[in-house]
Amino acid sequence: MQRLKQLLIWFWRIASRPSAHLSLGFLALGGFVCGVLFWGAFNTALEVTNTEKFCTSCHEMRNNVFEELQHTPHFTNRSGVRASCPDCHVPHQWTDKIARKMQASKEVWGKIFGTIDTRKKFQDHRLELAKHEWARLKANDSLECRNCHSAVAMDFTKQTRRAAEIHGKFLVTGDKTCIDCHKGIAHELPDMTGIEPGWRAPPEMRDRQTFRDNPRDELARYLAATGSER
Amino acid sequence: MRGQDHSGLKRFRSPLAGALLGGMLVFVCGAIYAQNAPQVVPRVTGAASPMGDVPAPPVARPIVDDKRLMRNYPEQPPIIPHSIENYQLTLKTNRCLDCHRRQFTEGSGAPMISVTHFMDRNGQVLADVTPRRYFCTACHVQQTDAQPLVPSTFKDMLLVDPAKK
Repeated sequence: MQRLKQLLIWFWRIASRPSAHLSLGFLALGGFVCGVLFWGAFNTALEVTNTEKFCTSCHEMRNNVFEELQHTPHFTNRSGVRASCPDCHVPHQWTDKIARKMQASKEVWGKIFGTIDTRKKFQDHRLELAKHEWARLKANDSLECRNCHSAVAMDFTKQTRRAAEIHGKFLVTGDKTCIDCHKGIAHELPDMTGIEPGWRAPPEMRDRQTFRDNPRDELARYLAATGSER
Repeated sequence: MRGQDHSGLKRFRSPLAGALLGGMLVFVCGAIYAQNAPQVVPRVTGAASPMGDVPAPPVARPIVDDKRLMRNYPEQPPIIPHSIENYQLTLKTNRCLDCHRRQFTEGSGAPMISVTHFMDRNGQVLADVTPRRYFCTACHVQQTDAQPLVPSTFKDMLLVDPAKK
């Protein structure tokens, strides 16, 4: 601790004094050039970590989610447009991207300690991981979906009647966002036991609560209601 | 020696005569077989050689009009009038039941799976779909615009004997 303090004091003494040998122009221009170099390198590195090749360089991604992606329309389709990993999983805006990248440093931890380094472990964590991604997309109103698919550009007459109806009811009104219904479109779903389909209204907003958690409470409520009528 | 026991076959001991007779026998049998050979029914895959390279026909397009069609016979599992492409139907999740399960039909407007799907093999009615009826596509198929590979002579039972009606 004492040595650290001394080091800091030494650094501050040098940094706070005017330069004795180097000219102001050299320092200013040098600082600028170094800044440019640093920024270029930083962004290049950032972009490298934002490629499908980088994501699938880990077997956790290559053997699980990337494998599953390849059977879906987001990988191969009639018009030949492909979405790669970062298209859906990393925001395109710079600030959001940096925020997501900082979050993703947790994934480095997972990689080092092998949290999901087997298929079994991956399957065990799948629900939790999926929930994180659903929550993220729910929070940003399915921003990554909307980078390509926009409700405004959708021709409902080209959709099937059912799809058009549902989109009109939930998407256009803003009631729901893409991820609410379109879960598991690019990867397999985790065990969905107990997870209701996304188009359902949350329990507190349903007209008729058909399914209650506790039948005993339900009975008590019923008895109380009929008792008060008498 | 054996030749002494069967003197009648002695002349066939000459290899040339034996080969000739054998060849004739094969020819005659072959000719007779060719006359009455059983006709091999063409497979549904067509007359193409089983090992040959055959161009795949274009994939049939699903019919997505959402119209409930009449069943051809009462026990026919209803066909699916919408696309089920990429629907996940595994032990973990059943995309069909996201709409067709009883508790979801009110919101989805989809027909509820029939009550037979709640019965186990002993006829006991369960609260939810019975495991043996869980995999929908075991019976229900998606209707496509594909033409039948072989003509069908199936007739609706109501049309078989109009006199009975």
